[in-house]
Amino acid sequence: MKHTLAVLVENRAGVLSRVSGLFSRRGYNIDSLAVGVTEDPAISRMTIVVRGDDHVLEQVTKQLNKLIDVIRVTDIKADEAIERELSLIKVAADANTRSEIIQIVDIFRARIVDVASKSMTIEVTGDDEKIRAMEQLLRPFGIKEMVRTGKIAMTRGAKSV
Amino acid sequence: MSRPTEKMTGARALIECLYKEEVDTIFGYPGGVLLPIYDELYDADIRHILVRHEQAAAHAADGYARATGKTGVCIATSGPGATNLVTGIANAYMDSVPMVALTGQVPSFLLGNDAFQEADITGITLPITKHNYLVQDAKELPRIIKEAFHIASTGRQGPVLIDLPKDITTDELDFSYPESVELRGYKPTVKGNIQQVKRAAAEIARSTNPVIYAGGGIINSNASGELLKLAETIMAPVTTTLTGMGAFPADHPLFLGMPGMHGTKYANYAIQESDLLIAVGVRFDDRVTGKVASFAPNARVIHIDIDPAEISKNVRVDTPIVGDAKWVLESLVKYSKKCKSEAWLDKIKQWKKEYPLHYIKSDDIIKPQYIVEQICEACGDAIIVTEVGQHQMWAAQYFKFKEPRTFITSGGLGTMGYGFPAAIGAKLGRPDKVVFDIAGDGSFQMSSQELATVVENDIPVIVAIFNNGYLGMVRQWQELFFEHRYSFTTIKGSVDFVKLAEAYGALGLRAEKPSEVRPVIEEAIASGRPTVIDFIVDPEENVSPMVPAGAAINEIMDLEGT
Repeated sequence: MKHTLAVLVENRAGVLSRVSGLFSRRGYNIDSLAVGVTEDPAISRMTIVVRGDDHVLEQVTKQLNKLIDVIRVTDIKADEAIERELSLIKVAADANTRSEIIQIVDIFRARIVDVASKSMTIEVTGDDEKIRAMEQLLRPFGIKEMVRTGKIAMTRGAKSV
Repeated sequence: MSRPTEKMTGARALIECLYKEEVDTIFGYPGGVLLPIYDELYDADIRHILVRHEQAAAHAADGYARATGKTGVCIATSGPGATNLVTGIANAYMDSVPMVALTGQVPSFLLGNDAFQEADITGITLPITKHNYLVQDAKELPRIIKEAFHIASTGRQGPVLIDLPKDITTDELDFSYPESVELRGYKPTVKGNIQQVKRAAAEIARSTNPVIYAGGGIINSNASGELLKLAETIMAPVTTTLTGMGAFPADHPLFLGMPGMHGTKYANYAIQESDLLIAVGVRFDDRVTGKVASFAPNARVIHIDIDPAEISKNVRVDTPIVGDAKWVLESLVKYSKKCKSEAWLDKIKQWKKEYPLHYIKSDDIIKPQYIVEQICEACGDAIIVTEVGQHQMWAAQYFKFKEPRTFITSGGLGTMGYGFPAAIGAKLGRPDKVVFDIAGDGSFQMSSQELATVVENDIPVIVAIFNNGYLGMVRQWQELFFEHRYSFTTIKGSVDFVKLAEAYGALGLRAEKPSEVRPVIEEAIASGRPTVIDFIVDPEENVSPMVPAGAAINEIMDLEGT
């Protein structure tokens, strides 16, 4: 089972390796990890997608809380949250395939951010399912390169983590 | 209003910080990047003990901390000096020992350049420190040191490392020592949840077969008085783990001795047949639980610990209480009454009679257990430090520890070579105590160079080598599980330990017959000198009883005379 954790940490050198090191040495599996600064420049926020049962989740949370640089850990439930990920996909495209690709991009409300004679680069934002679907549809054209940010998440409503 | 400040170098500021933390002793070894700090130490009002290997500095700081309850401090230079501390830091981490390790580092502008004697020690020690720091600005030094001592000594205690690039120690700063720390990510829970305490008291009231399973957390929290009170209030027997030895008086009728792999039969039987396990300051280590699925199968479990991450880590817990052992036990005593344990205590009394710890005595050959008994008789209030192996188990089994901080041993990491330097630290912390390092001939050779340290500084520790010519614990396993194939465990005749002691200027004694055991012990104590006693013991004596790795703790092998 997948869990999404929002982890507020001190915005300091070495914090990322403290967190990622904890996961590897305790044998927890990370699906993705996204990190960036928050509205408070002294605090960074990590969104970690971790796989495991409730026991694993409890251990991960407790171990994260033991790190001095970790300020707060919140388990974000999918049905109470907005979850987004951004992906850039560079796909092979020529005069024959370009219009078909543009159609797919439109259907997905994605964006074309770069066009060259033999390729197009598409920016798509959404949840994991949407990005995968997009990837599936573009694969036959030849995906030359793909990059994903990893998921970020925020709870709905006025409450913050 | 800002406090008055004074301009000084980072090195000077470090010394001022150590004064503020009331550090009286540090263990270390100098080196290139430490020159500015060592220049300050030259006439500082702090006793610096020069070890002969940095690993000993870390172990000595550890022994000092365990004997006194204060934070131990060690210092080593960059690169190899720092990496030599690693085992000692890992050892302190596993046993939750408060320690601050200071390391020199190459100057900031060379960091990451693979400079001479550069090692990424904060990276290396990430998984074995409670926290660590690479100081990036001399101005941060007072805050970092204040935080380091605070983190090391509060909550679940542990080692904190501070890496000091050389330029940080020569740069100037306006010194003022912060009065408090502000760490929004670090707020240990000291007071337990009172509802949980009441729930635990209700569990106790329902129990007929309770067992208290107590560990090193009792000692760290100075809670042995409260432990005794709880045990006597509810009338529950008490088993203490290896690191918990001394937390409960060994001569008390409720004492069960040690549980687990080399625990007493009655401690293990009691756990297995208990209906309530009151676990305090323990972490359900595999050497205690054996096969987890068969551990205390009928017991409900109360777990009291300062570290929430220990709750339900290895064993499912019914009533967790996160908090400081002293605080929680004190309040638990208030809500608890005597439970109906008469029949249970009778059964335990019976087990104790039927299955006592024992060994086959001899008039011709020295039995290692006999040495422990004789040390205990000669000097029952000594501090016993150990190395790791068979002798360590015999010390835990046969010495009657009466008070906390008198048994100092490497429990979690199981570090051979720990005992001798840790004994140095213990003796410096508690000069009023006789300090023995109970050692094996294998372990002692991992730190024997520290004989120079004890002689130079006149630190009268007594090393009692149980010399069986083997790496005994490994040999025992080879005997039992590998068809007596003693692969690389024979070390007979490595060195003449008496001459080795004498070569360093220490007193060397030897005992080859049981009748010589007590006299050499008395002679060593009376000498007041650093002493090595070479006890030639029964070479193939085994530690008994024994629960094989992975078995349930009531599947016990008897190994006397095997």
